Amino acid sequence: MSATTAAAVTPEPGHGPDQPPSALKARLGLTNGWGEWLRARGVYLALIVLVAYNALFTFNFLTLATIQLLFAQLPPVIIVSLGMALVIGTGGVDLSVGAIMAIASAVLARFVLAPGDGGLGASIGVAMLFAVVAGVLVGAFNGTVVAVARVQPIVATLGMLVAGRGIALVITGGALIELFVPFFRTVRLGKLLGVPYVMWVAAILAVAAAILVRRSAFGYRLLAIGGNRRASVLAGLPVQRTLITVYAISGGLAAVAGVIATARLRASDPSFTGLLIELTAITAVVVGGGALAGGQVRILGTVVGAVFIQLLETTLVSHNVPDSGARIVEALIIIAAIYVQRSRSTS
Amino acid sequence: MTVDRDEVRASADGSGVAAVAPDRGGRAADLLRTRNLTSVVSRNAAVVGLAVVVIVGIVVVPTFGSVDNFRNVALAASFIAIIAVGMTFVIINGGIDLSVGSTYALAVILSAMMSPYGSIAAVLVPLLVTAAVGLLQGLIIARLRLPAFIVTLAGLTGIRGLVFLITHEGNDVPQIPGFKVFEILGTGSFLGIGNPVWIAIVLFAIGWWVLNRTAFGQSVQAVGGNAQAAELMGLPVRRTTATVYVISGLCAGIAGVLTTALSGGGQEARIGDAYELQAIAAVVIGGTLLSGGVGSMVGTAAGIALLFVIQNLIVQGANLNSYVQQVVSGGFLLIVVILQATVSRRSGKAT
Repeated sequence: MSATTAAAVTPEPGHGPDQPPSALKARLGLTNGWGEWLRARGVYLALIVLVAYNALFTFNFLTLATIQLLFAQLPPVIIVSLGMALVIGTGGVDLSVGAIMAIASAVLARFVLAPGDGGLGASIGVAMLFAVVAGVLVGAFNGTVVAVARVQPIVATLGMLVAGRGIALVITGGALIELFVPFFRTVRLGKLLGVPYVMWVAAILAVAAAILVRRSAFGYRLLAIGGNRRASVLAGLPVQRTLITVYAISGGLAAVAGVIATARLRASDPSFTGLLIELTAITAVVVGGGALAGGQVRILGTVVGAVFIQLLETTLVSHNVPDSGARIVEALIIIAAIYVQRSRSTS
Repeated sequence: MTVDRDEVRASADGSGVAAVAPDRGGRAADLLRTRNLTSVVSRNAAVVGLAVVVIVGIVVVPTFGSVDNFRNVALAASFIAIIAVGMTFVIINGGIDLSVGSTYALAVILSAMMSPYGSIAAVLVPLLVTAAVGLLQGLIIARLRLPAFIVTLAGLTGIRGLVFLITHEGNDVPQIPGFKVFEILGTGSFLGIGNPVWIAIVLFAIGWWVLNRTAFGQSVQAVGGNAQAAELMGLPVRRTTATVYVISGLCAGIAGVLTTALSGGGQEARIGDAYELQAIAAVVIGGTLLSGGVGSMVGTAAGIALLFVIQNLIVQGANLNSYVQQVVSGGFLLIVVILQATVSRRSGKAT
């Protein structure tokens, strides 16, 4: 995690009024001091406030059990949000992540089930591999529709949102499939240095995503396309290939989240696995300071955004706020987050 | 490249004349005609598709062609059709409204809740509230210049939260006590066709008229085409943008009131889930571009009819279960938008 921290908190080069215009400056926008600070770092402040509030007013908050619960709930949200951050960085959006989670879960179930139960009797490793491959393929299909057919991302992934859950239901025959896999116990309960395995997976993926965005040519292409697609085409960047890859990554990450969710549930439930997670993921990216217009990816901000939203939900639940109230609060937070960002979009 | 091809085609069309006197004006006219042809086809694809699907359906599936079946399909489609009228305005204006499913649910519950106070309250209160909800979102989008996608996404979450709040987490679903006059709006029929269908038809007609024959409608299209240019022309961009979300909220409200009128209340708080997706799908299939500026009310009507006819055909003919229907609906939406994007890009490049 420290790698992402360093990368995201260090002031961006070229981000000052005196320096000559640079690609970085352009993609950060020319917003001024306080507003810019609040926009980019507000989520850290918000998280600190929320943690402080809980430490003071929530009974039993500062216990291992609470943190364990949070660690168990967080990984799928974080992993999906990472993919969403990349897609939003290209100026797109991926509404199909929840459906892809369901597809991955269904594929996993079909591979793992014994041949007598209508499955393939594969080992859990093979099953997980194919589940992720399925996610990558669906994502690549999304990317192709967006990049080659040039359909708006909202509509393209909307079609997959509708069709994808149907595909998952077709794969499992429309029913919830209970899975008795010993490995799932390891996924649920296994720990390294006191931190659950799944949390490590999320952390490693976050670091990988940060390196991809900040240190690779692919990352720069991604940001360039999000900043100005036409210019990227004219500059000779492989726009289509890059976009397809980004959506494929998002699909693959969603599939990983689907596998984790399945392990937690000990069953494949295509009707509910990943339902509405696209909203949470988009919120995490936006709250984390990502610009919907594209051209910018904040990995650490996104992770903190995801933690913030999950912790907010936990807080509301532990204070007996009903689910309805939690939804209303979440809506207000989304609006507040983009309102703080407004300075960028209007500049 | 496409220009070259069109030029070749244009001169081939008028081969004899063009060989004698290359007429620039004639060639331009030909170019124009080619462009219009593709755009006419792409814009009316839903109408053509609907005709083909209905004819094939009548021939292939015996139970499909009955008057009763058409009556049922029309009644089932009418609620989302009404929502789609509002969505057409929003999308032509260059926005999107993801909150309509939740707004619809709010109207369904409020209408049943208000019914003990009389029919007028049961109709007017939900409509006022949904219009206010639309106005609030519209003002946030237009005044604060926040992206419609995110604002209405928050609306989707927040308004659904409100629905669960007033139904005590969905446990307390209100019923209409006894008979109330406004139920006729839902249960009655005229010439054998249910009242909700007539109301949907009337709203489509009004929508078409407002969009194509009023200054407001022209503003909606201008703002969607190019908001900056519209602003420079002195059009009331903000007011227009805020108004389309009021229309959208109101349409969702009307659909909600009709649902309660038809069912007598007792609808669960989850109702209307994913209706926004169906409404958007219908609008897009109808040839309205999500980028704004271009769209058609007739197309939306055909789009919604096409969606429901196909669903009905799947149920009647292939006897497929609901999740295969989902695959077909989603796949169908994808095919349509891919075709649409391809056609509109071709015609766009030719200019």
